[in-house]
Amino acid sequence: MEFEAVIGLEIHIQLQTRSKAFSSDSTEYGAMPNNQVSPISLGHPGTLPKHNIQAIEKAVKMGLALDCSITEVNRYARKNYFYADLPKGYQITQFDTPLCVGGRVPFKPKDGEPKQVRLIRIHMEEDTGKSMHDQDLYDTLVDYNRAGTPLIEVVSEPDIRTGEEAYAFVTEIRRLVRYLDICDGNMEEGSLRCDANISIRPKGQIEFGTKVEVKNMNSISNVKRAIDFEIERQKECILSGQAIIQETRGFNGLNGSTFSMRKKESNNDYRYFPEPDLPPVLMTQSDVERIRQEMPELPGALFNRFTNDYGLSEYDASVLIDDKHSAFYFEAVCRQQNNYKAVANWVTVPVRGYLNEQALGMEDFPLPPESLAELIALVDEGVISHSIASQKLFPALLENPKASARELVESLNLATNTDSSEIEGIVKAVLEQFPDKVQAYQSGKTGLIGLFVGEVMKRSGGKADPKITNQLLQKALQSL
Amino acid sequence: MKHYTRIQDIRQDLEAGLISCAQLVEHYLEREQANRHLNAFVEVWADEARARASEVDAKVQAGTAGRLAGAVIALKDNLSYEGHKVSNSSRILEGYEALFTATSVERLWQEDAILIGRTNCDEFAMGASNENSAFGPVKNAADPTRVPGGSSGGSAVAVQAGMAHASLGTDTGGSIRQPAAFTGLFGSKPTYGLISRWGLLAYASSFDQVGPLTQSLEDNMLLTEIMAGPDGKDASMSQAPAPTYRSAQAPSKARFAVMRQALEHEGMDAEVVAQTKALMAKLEAAGHEVSVFDFPLLDAMVPTYYVLTTAEASSNLSRYSGMMYGYRSPNATDLESTYTLSRTEGFGAEVKRRIMLGTFVLSSDQYDAYYNKAQQVRAVIRQQTDEILASADAILIPTTSTPAFELGEKSKDPVAMYLADLFTVQANLAGNPAISIPLFKNEQGLPIGMQLLGKREEEQSLFDLSKLLVDLVF
Repeated sequence: MEFEAVIGLEIHIQLQTRSKAFSSDSTEYGAMPNNQVSPISLGHPGTLPKHNIQAIEKAVKMGLALDCSITEVNRYARKNYFYADLPKGYQITQFDTPLCVGGRVPFKPKDGEPKQVRLIRIHMEEDTGKSMHDQDLYDTLVDYNRAGTPLIEVVSEPDIRTGEEAYAFVTEIRRLVRYLDICDGNMEEGSLRCDANISIRPKGQIEFGTKVEVKNMNSISNVKRAIDFEIERQKECILSGQAIIQETRGFNGLNGSTFSMRKKESNNDYRYFPEPDLPPVLMTQSDVERIRQEMPELPGALFNRFTNDYGLSEYDASVLIDDKHSAFYFEAVCRQQNNYKAVANWVTVPVRGYLNEQALGMEDFPLPPESLAELIALVDEGVISHSIASQKLFPALLENPKASARELVESLNLATNTDSSEIEGIVKAVLEQFPDKVQAYQSGKTGLIGLFVGEVMKRSGGKADPKITNQLLQKALQSL
Repeated sequence: MKHYTRIQDIRQDLEAGLISCAQLVEHYLEREQANRHLNAFVEVWADEARARASEVDAKVQAGTAGRLAGAVIALKDNLSYEGHKVSNSSRILEGYEALFTATSVERLWQEDAILIGRTNCDEFAMGASNENSAFGPVKNAADPTRVPGGSSGGSAVAVQAGMAHASLGTDTGGSIRQPAAFTGLFGSKPTYGLISRWGLLAYASSFDQVGPLTQSLEDNMLLTEIMAGPDGKDASMSQAPAPTYRSAQAPSKARFAVMRQALEHEGMDAEVVAQTKALMAKLEAAGHEVSVFDFPLLDAMVPTYYVLTTAEASSNLSRYSGMMYGYRSPNATDLESTYTLSRTEGFGAEVKRRIMLGTFVLSSDQYDAYYNKAQQVRAVIRQQTDEILASADAILIPTTSTPAFELGEKSKDPVAMYLADLFTVQANLAGNPAISIPLFKNEQGLPIGMQLLGKREEEQSLFDLSKLLVDLVF
């Protein structure tokens, strides 16, 4: 029997705001436990929540980026349940009026066709504290620093079919939150968290199978691993005649398996009702337009512009837009330099190579776009060769990012040698060094020209003008 | 010591050097000692009040004293005052000290009020007799076999028996006005959103308001004015600028609307009805318009009120879990038993009843039948209230259907107790301001209060109409 998986994702995104969703407490990650708290985030009696407009606007940006419709009258709700990391005994969230409705996430899975996953909603809520079960031998410890941090929850339709698609979906979400500067997208630190609802059904069947929720996947590749594992587990269950149990499962990153955490015998009754302490937040059409104006250009639009306006290949364009800092850097260089293809090559290969080597992000790349533009111009003008540019000038610039590329060419004596008489001397010396190769060349092995060119280059320290070298070599070989 | 009913008189005598804050504080402390049997205070801050008195005396000398210099004020035990215990007269908050001060209290403090202590109340402000307190019942000074009303019963008796000049209460369904009526005080609940709820321990967030219990209309206005106005910490407040009130002036012609059921409802005390009718006649004789209207939803008001307030309470009180502060059961062994035992042992019977009721009405299979329906009824009550007030300046109804009842009389019958709120919940359901005015006494000398319910954010008019009634009767 052939099976098909049906997967919906819920992604929690911590919004990067200076203060919490409903109080002025700081949201910094990594502070000592229970230091970023006030009576409000600890749910002390007599405290009241307050809207954080900054957080709401960030959430609107995410909705606009994903083509959601933005709700005008936003009511907040209380979700009631008891747990140690929930100080008030309820979570402030949205229930019947999510900030963003509908929308879609386009992506292209590895080796697959482009696809769109529809969204059900994006709503706002506050984060809980963090229960730590592994810090103490006997007790669970709770850190309330996180309590009250603004979150958005992105809920997809069950349109995802494979772990690979889920991987691409979450990658796209992460890229967008980084473009929008609303979250650092760090799954290890939990600022972006993903839960997956997974069921399988015989291919062609309309009804859904029993769904299992998988939690605790703290990286995008673990999302894929967990889903792949879970699909196989459910297949084996069904094929061996067992029923799938509706439950919540955790993911063990060490061995790549999922394990049962709790059975869902009946749905919890969270007793949602409108939050009486918070008036609804109005998000008018003009508010939405103002927020839209504040948004940076997004990867989809950049891709179109890079391929159309700059004539880049789809591959180059997609590599550049992978990270907004690369894309913006590329454009900054292109403002000074119209050899766009060369700019794309420089940004995607040597620049990226350097960053990987140094374990830096593009935002930390030391070279100003003007310098890279100048470097490319020097190559284009024939002042330096490409290899000198990449092997000598580029590293020199990285060591001295404030220096002018042109001045470095001079002070390091990197300019291409176009002095024919000087090159002629080297050519002569090289041909004299390899009489047997010269003979072979003359008896028809013309491919040896490459060897001679290489030798001339070596002796000239890479500076001999390749065109002149070639001409002089041809001439010398013919006249021998 | 001369008996003062108005802060302005105290101020005058302070400035004339006839009295001092120190003397006033000693006076109230003596009265408190003499009236311990009434059980009005949960805690008296005697030393602090004395120290504060000499501070304020110095300010009076220096001419820098605020508007409440000489006003010795008691706080209901559900208002936060930094560094002081606050318990909502519940065991569940045993040992808890407030980490910040309620905005309402802070604003009194800024005007040099002297805070003398916190007063007993029904646990979590749930009750109409002050018999639901972990500290035992409060007794009415007019007749100690009778209740003072609730839930702000301690605040009422503290002023009634001269243990404080004025007090703060909170009013969710009548908890200021009903005890004010039972003890012969002016007690007002402002428009919802006029006074910040920051620091008020929530019972039902969309109903709760802070307000004053005073011996005079002037004091009531002054305290309301000082506490009123926007506070960035309470998002549910009106954003209108803080009001300022001029002295109350009785209008020469006013329109009063009287609810027919208030004159005819079963359970109405005959003397209350008679006094109401006499007042109506007097008003008409003085050239005012008195119309009688039917309010068919009267009998839906108390159920609507209880569905919505218990729903909000069930959620608001979830934070009292034994985890972070307050009472934690010594018998708890794990998370689950920390919750169940701490809450079972920490809350009193009435609070538990309301938490369960609220949990029930919010459960997903009952939500539409109760919570949702009650929200709809609330909207209709608000609308009908507005309609009546479109052709009248205020609604006139007795604050309560009877004068103060006997201790224990209704405590075994929750429904009878809930009906004690019959005439007061309308203001909270609709968000309108209302005031109980101590106009009458019955033959036994028990106070009877008349209530005026006015238009939202038009407290000045409500105070003017109150003055009219006071002038007419006295």
